Parts: sequence; C-alpha cells; structure tokens
Amino acid sequence: MANRRLAPASEQPQDFAFTPENAEWAKNQIAKYPEGRQASAVIPLLWKAQEQNGGWLPQKAIEAVAAELGMPKIRVLEVATFYTMFALEPVGRFWIQLCGTVPCDSCGARELKGMLQKRLGPSGHVSADGNFSWLEVECLGACCNAPMVQINQDYYEDLTPESLSQLMDDLAAGRPVKVGSQKGRTSSEPQGGATTLTDETLFDGSRVGAWRKRFEQTGEQGGTPPADTGEAASAGRQAATTPKPAKPDAGRPVERKASDAPAQRAAGGEEPVKPSDRAGAADPGHSTAHETPAPAPEGATAGEKAAGEHGHQTAPARDVPPQQPDASGESEAAVEGGTSAPAAPPRTEQ
Amino acid sequence: MTKILVDGTEVDVPADYTLLQACEIAGAEIPRFCFHERLSIAGNCRMCLVELKGAPKPVASCAYAVKDCRPGPNGEPPEVLTRSGLTKKAREGVMEFLLINHPLDCPICDQGGHCDLQDQAMAYGVDSTRYQENKRAVEEKHIGPLVRTAMNRCIHCTRCVRFLAEVAGVPDLGAIGRGEDMEITSYLEQSMASELQGNVADLCPVGALVHKPQSYNVRPWELSKTESVDVMDAVGSAIRIDTRGREVMQIEPRVNEDINEEWISDKTRHVVDGLRMQRLDRPYLRENGRLRPASWGEAFQAIAARVKGTDPKRIGAIVGDLAAVEETFALRELIRSLGSPNLDCRQTGAGLDPALGRASYLFNPTVAGIEAADAILIVGANPRTEASLLNVRIRKRWRMAPLAVGVIGEAIDLTYPSHNLGAGFESLAALARGEHSFLETLKAAQAPLVIVGAHVEPGVLAAAAKLAQEIGALDGGRPGFGVLHHAAGRVGALDLGFVPGEGGLTFGQMIAAGGVDVLFNLGADECDVAPGAFVVYQGTHGDKGASRADVILPGAAYTEKNATYVNLEGRVQVANRAGFPPGDAREDWAILRALSDGLGKRLPFDSLIALRKALYAAHPHFAGVDSVETGDVAGAVAALIGRGGETGGGGFVSPVGDFYLTNPIARASRVLAECSRLARARAAEPQPLAAAE
Repeated sequence: MANRRLAPASEQPQDFAFTPENAEWAKNQIAKYPEGRQASAVIPLLWKAQEQNGGWLPQKAIEAVAAELGMPKIRVLEVATFYTMFALEPVGRFWIQLCGTVPCDSCGARELKGMLQKRLGPSGHVSADGNFSWLEVECLGACCNAPMVQINQDYYEDLTPESLSQLMDDLAAGRPVKVGSQKGRTSSEPQGGATTLTDETLFDGSRVGAWRKRFEQTGEQGGTPPADTGEAASAGRQAATTPKPAKPDAGRPVERKASDAPAQRAAGGEEPVKPSDRAGAADPGHSTAHETPAPAPEGATAGEKAAGEHGHQTAPARDVPPQQPDASGESEAAVEGGTSAPAAPPRTEQ
Repeated sequence: MTKILVDGTEVDVPADYTLLQACEIAGAEIPRFCFHERLSIAGNCRMCLVELKGAPKPVASCAYAVKDCRPGPNGEPPEVLTRSGLTKKAREGVMEFLLINHPLDCPICDQGGHCDLQDQAMAYGVDSTRYQENKRAVEEKHIGPLVRTAMNRCIHCTRCVRFLAEVAGVPDLGAIGRGEDMEITSYLEQSMASELQGNVADLCPVGALVHKPQSYNVRPWELSKTESVDVMDAVGSAIRIDTRGREVMQIEPRVNEDINEEWISDKTRHVVDGLRMQRLDRPYLRENGRLRPASWGEAFQAIAARVKGTDPKRIGAIVGDLAAVEETFALRELIRSLGSPNLDCRQTGAGLDPALGRASYLFNPTVAGIEAADAILIVGANPRTEASLLNVRIRKRWRMAPLAVGVIGEAIDLTYPSHNLGAGFESLAALARGEHSFLETLKAAQAPLVIVGAHVEPGVLAAAAKLAQEIGALDGGRPGFGVLHHAAGRVGALDLGFVPGEGGLTFGQMIAAGGVDVLFNLGADECDVAPGAFVVYQGTHGDKGASRADVILPGAAYTEKNATYVNLEGRVQVANRAGFPPGDAREDWAILRALSDGLGKRLPFDSLIALRKALYAAHPHFAGVDSVETGDVAGAVAALIGRGGETGGGGFVSPVGDFYLTNPIARASRVLAECSRLARARAAEPQPLAAAE
C-alpha cells in the first residue's frame, strides 16, 4: 500500500452535495446513533458519497461529510485515507481490488497481478477506455476461494489470469457474468463438492430439531402428562411454545465463580491449594476421585490420613527429584508393571 | 488504595492508577513516548512495557490499571518487575523497531540534546541494528509558521494530535494513512489555527515537530536558563527564558499547576524576536519636531526644565500594560513627591477601584479554582484571546464533566460549547430579570462563576457583580466573581493604588487635549495622547507611545529586569533577569530613581533591595511571592454594586482585537506578525464554529 493522497486538483470536482435521496438516506443513517455520536455515521456517509461520485471520493465530498456530521475535516480525511475501499482518485467503470495477502498470494494472486499490470498498466490508473482500474489491497476475507478480486461491489473467486481476463472482457462488453467462484464451487465448500455433513437426515428434521417435534406432539395430545408430576408437563409445554436459550445469561458477561483461583480462596479465608497438593491428580481441574475417600488404613499417622483423603497418598513431593531409572533391568521391569509404589516417601502437609 | 510490589518495593496506590504511575511512585523509571500525564492514554509506542508477574507477556504499563492486576498465588500483592531480563528485552525490542525508520540525523536535528528518543536509546536501546532494508521516507508537511516538520523522524506517538484535540480544542492535526504509511499532518497542510500550537513541538518526543522560528539556531546545552514569568497576558504563565550570551533565544513553559500547568500560548513563546527589534537603546529628545539621540543627562535636564515651570496639578502619570510593580511604585512615589494627584493605570477598565477592596478587581476564583465551578457566565470578555491559559482551564473543566457556559458579548468560539446570551448590557440586564432560562441554570448550580472583562463600563461591572450575588456565587464564602484582566501590569498597579488621588485626573482626562502639561508615560502604548502635553515616554520599543513622546527614556523589557508582577488572580510573582537591556537602556526603577535626582526629589532607595524594602513596608502583600492573598470577596462585590455607574451602549467589544499583537513587544515580532496575518486570513473566510471534540 502506498501513501494515499487526495486526487490532484485538476481532477477534483468543484463541489459536491448529496442528491436529495442520498441526503435522506444519510439522515436516516445519522439517526441510528445517539445524540452527540453522529460522527459514528462517517463510514456509511463516505460510502454513499463515493457511490454517488462514480466510485471515488473527492475532496469536496470529504468536506461535505465533515460538515454534515460536525466533525473536523482532518478526522474525516483520517478515515478516508485509512481504508483502501475508499478510492481517493478517479477509478474505472469497473474498479478491481486484487487481494494480495498470503492465502491469495500462495494460490496465484501474483500471476493475476502480473496480468493486470500487463493489461491495464500500473495500479491506480484508469485504462484508456475508462473501463478499468485496479489496486492491490489487503485481505478481503475470501481466503477459502483464493485467489480473488473484488470488482465494484462483487467478489470473483477461484481466478486464474485467463478467467480474470475473460471476466474483464465480459464486463467490458456488458455480457452477464457469474459472481463468486469462477470454478463452479458453491460458496466456500471444498473443491469437488461437500465431503462432510452429507447425511440427508441432518436436514429433513428427523434428527436436528427432533426434540422440538416431540414437545409439539406432547402438546397436541391434550396435556396428558408423560411423567407423574404436573409441573414437568407444564414446563414441557412452555418449552415447546416459548423456547428459552440454554443458559439465561448466555453471551452476557456475568460474574461467576467459575474457576478455583488462588485469589478467590484467599479472599474467602480458605487455605490456598498449593501446587504440590495437585501434583498427583491426573487432571487437577476435573478430578472427581476425592468424592468417596477410602478408609484410612489402621495405624496410619494423622498426616498420612489427611493426605489419603485427598487421594494423594502415593504422590511424590514436588521438591523430590523424580526417580531415576536404574541401570538394572529388574527395577525397570517393576516400574513397567505399574503396581509397585514409588520409592519416594508419602507427602506430608507442609 | 491497593498494594502493589514494584521491583520488590511495596507501594500503596489508588486502584485506578496505571502501572506506570505506580512504578513512578515506587521510584522506578519507566521510559515512554506516547504517554503524557495531561493527555489521554494512547498506548501505541509500547516503550513502557514492564513484566507483570503472572501475565503471559509484557504489558504496556501506561495503559494497564493497578486494579486489573491479579494477586499472587497466596494472595500477595501483584508484582511488577521493571528491571527484569524480560523487561529489558522488551524495551530493547521496541527501541529497535522504533529506530528502524528513524533517521540517524541527530547531528543536524534541532531536538538533539533534549530528545526523548535520543536519551532513551542511550539508556534502553542496543548499539546496533539488524535492519538492512531502506528506511521509510516521509514528505515534509507544512503545518503552520511556528512548527517545522521533519516527518522522517516521526514515531507516531500522536501526542500532538491528542494535545490539539483535547487541550487546545482545535483539532487541526490528524494521522492519515495507516501502518507504515501513517503520517501526521493537518488537513491539506493548512496552518494550524490554535493559539497554543507551539506546545506540540514541546510535546514531540523526537525531532519531527520543532520550533520553526529558532530552528537551526539553538542547541540546548549552550543556553543559560532563567526561570521567570510571562507578561503577554495577565495570567502570568511560568516560563523559562533561555539565553545565549546576552540574547534571548527561546522561551519555554515551566510547570506551574496553579496557572498554566505546562502550556504557554504562542504569543508568550514566540515574542522572542520582538525583544530584539525596534528597541529603544538610548534616550531621545524631540527638537524641532524630530527625535534626536541624546544622553541621559540631556534627557533629565530637559524634563527637569519642563517640570520646574509647571503647576504640579498639571503634571500627570500613566502606566501601561507591561509595567512591573517596582517601577510603578517608583513612579507613584515620584509623582506624589512632585505634589500631583494625577495618576492612573487604567488604560482600560475605568470601573476598577482599589478603594473598593482588592477582591473587587481580582479574578477571585483563581485559575485552578475554575475546576470547581459548575456553571460559568462570561460577561464582556473573550478568555481565549485575553487569557488563553485560563480558557484552557475552563476547557479542562468542561472535559471533566458537562459545564454550562453562557457568554454575553461577541459571538466567539471558545473551543467548548457556550450559549451566547446577547451582545451587551441590555442582555445582561435581561438575564438578571430572568428573561433567559440560563438564569435558572446559574441559580441551580452549586458553584456558579461570573467572569467579567476588566475593560467593561463601571455600571456593567456593578450589574455583573449584582448578578453574581443574586445567583449565590458568593454564598458560603465562595469566590464566584472574577474580573478577567488582559494586561500583566494592571493588577500590580491597582494594588499600589495607582489611581487618581483627590481631585486627580483619570487616564482618559490626562491623555485628552488640554488634560495635563507634562505627562509621564510608563509604557502605555495602547492609547493616543492628544497633542499639547509634554510627554516623557519610558519604555522598551519604538511603538505608539514613543512616536508621540517628547523625551524617550529607554527601559528594560520583562526579560531584562528583576521585577515583580501580580497576575489576574492577585498572585505575586517575580520575574528574573535573563539578560541586559540593549545599549544605554536601564532598568526602569533605576531610571526613575535617577530622574528623581534630576528633579530634586530624590527617591529614598538606591538599590532594588532598598526599593523592595520600602515597597513591602507600604504594601506587605507583595512580600508573599507566589501566593494569593484572598480578600473579602462578598464585601468587595457589595461595594462594587454600591458604586454603580455608566453602563455604556452597544455590544461589548474585547480589548484584544488581535491576539498576536497586543503589546509593543509582540508588535515588533515578525513571527507574531505572520501569525496575525494568517489568523486574519482565517477569520476572513467564512467558517462554521468548529465543533470541539
């Protein structure tokens, strides 16, 4: 991307004003935002101004938008120069924005660029017939179908230099063209058609949404409860008519004690769980093993008992180096057997 | 308060502090470029990265709040490491990236020697670069006559953009393009319109924006620095005068939280070349209608000869806008010893009278006190041009929380929203009668504030004072009434009682035809003295006053004398001498002392110390340097109301027609003349009032 400047004065129109329809449209856009936040409508208004001016933004349009929104002109210029989709110089009837970012580049955007350069000359210049101008831009978000270009409002994907050239010929001649993939792909599905989610039953309602069908049938049967309590039936009916989201606060930021953070324990006056306490758990966050503590063996010390309650009896202490494999094959065999107790002493509360 | 460990030192800071502030409290130095205490946080330079224990990567300390830090595993306070290996590596990495595109032109860069990037590259950078490609090249931009750009050096901290949008309220600068192609510029390279634009060059941490007038002229290490106060307006901003040899090279702001924070206006900063031009460097005598150079002795003899034959009642003295307390005191003593009651300092503002109490002519709320106000009525004043830094304070207050501002006077853009309630006294009277809903706003306010221009007619002053009393601006001892002066010398002269004695003539009567026969004019240049009188002009510049003079006594400008000034709040401040007056010019009090000898009325002080001793004995409050002596505001306002007087007709007109050319020094400056030309050109083209951000 090169420096983006306004078009030279010789190409600038003398003035700019929204057409009555566009002015009305702009007013509606501005009304979407609360009082004092009109500046939020700057991008829609610049879009409209660009559209009205044949695909590029003249200086007077930037100033008109600034006046409309009560913004300093420099603020609107900042926006207009930031986004490559605002063309600051005149563009051809068909403005080709070629994506040159990595996925497109690795799929052949460089060849497309070479073709455009050869056919239209350097970017940013309108072709002699006034039909085309082109610009290399950053990712346009259609990486699945790389390489691609955007021509005016539409995406054309899966291009080769030949197909793009053909496309341009068709556009210039006014022949109908196909938007999207030029290889016959539907949206961004894999080459050669879908390979997953091909099961018909997924889409005929027999699997997805089946629960709902069941509720609806229950409601139609005249309210005979399938279970003993009437409460459940009414809940089922309610669910059938007004389905609720799975979680009432889904998607909202709520304060929930979801994790067992040390700070939370400390705040609650509890003993913090030391990292060493968790050393033995396979997955310390999800262990369910401690629910039913095994009875402590007779004669065990208090410390051992406490450790046993946590299911940690066999865990080595953190500060004890792990047992090194012995050179003799005998001990190795014992370890492989998986039944022998580790050599380290049982951990005691520290 | 939250505890936090910084390099092992535990500090207790408010939870809303940023890590950077907490580190500073703990005494750890954090390098930064984009962060500035008085601007919003941008967090885009990344130089302030520190290691935060538990965070996966270094955090930008300027944008990370203490309250967002997690405590340690056992509930111990969060820990920040500013000297760890990770922090060092992060800083070196950021510095290397910043220097990728920064030219190595320090030897020809005006910022060299006071450059943040230079200093921090020395302290936190590595000695070499791994970058082999070409550096980015950026076109120079024209952004005004006061700031030169060298945009290759820009590191995109956006301090300048934020300053103009937030503090100055004239958002002229912006960043166009993006990524590597981002460039700081004004809209289509128009000149910036702010009267505070010079500050962006101070804020620039690199040499991208430098002061244009002194560019390539100054190196910071060859300057002697003198702390002083500004006299371009009555705010009395704290400044530092940088001199090389005997020449003032530049004027920079000094931090004074009570007045100017750390900004100064362009007039204050760029009046420097005015101190060199048009100077009166020897006495002059008018002979046969032409001024000729003379010696001090000849000048004093001519004055003495004239004074001797004149009735004391026909002798008068006026002082102008830039006169310091010392010379005003000396002149008052001299004129009184001659037996004349004709003294006046009120070049504008005839309604002000020291007899009513000091609070009747001071800006009682004080500049910092504006932040406590919640509704402001401005009567016949334009704070933006008459006291720019005071306007900055009002804008600061408006940015803190919504503030109702009503203006009676000219339609002006104050950089914050205001309601224009009318043009003149009639509108004020209508407001007081309740014919405008703004009265309800003022009455409902907890701490309303009435600001009235010092130059308004006495009756307007009284009416504004009455309104202030009625809306409760003075209830509970609140100082909700302030007079806005625009002349630096006025409050000091009023404090000295430099007003007509019994039967004395006023300023207007003295300068009128047939007013007095001998007129001592101490630097009053904003008035026309009618023909007839023998005028002794003592001043610094060949301006209006000098051209009407019969004897010119060359004095010292504010950078050339130790002098006391009193700002509009009544704060006594001392200006220090940074250089010497040119040629035969002398410090003003010494001229008057020598003249008194020539007139046979020797003043009883032979040194500045003796003068100040006499001054402090007569007026003890002048000894309280840097403090404001609060008076009885309610009593003074009541006295003001009782005085009443003429109300004048028509709309109020600000005494500052052209912000850049308000005094002889400023009028001698070429830089300010250029600023004035641009400002007039801007005013000529129709522009909607800029919507402040």
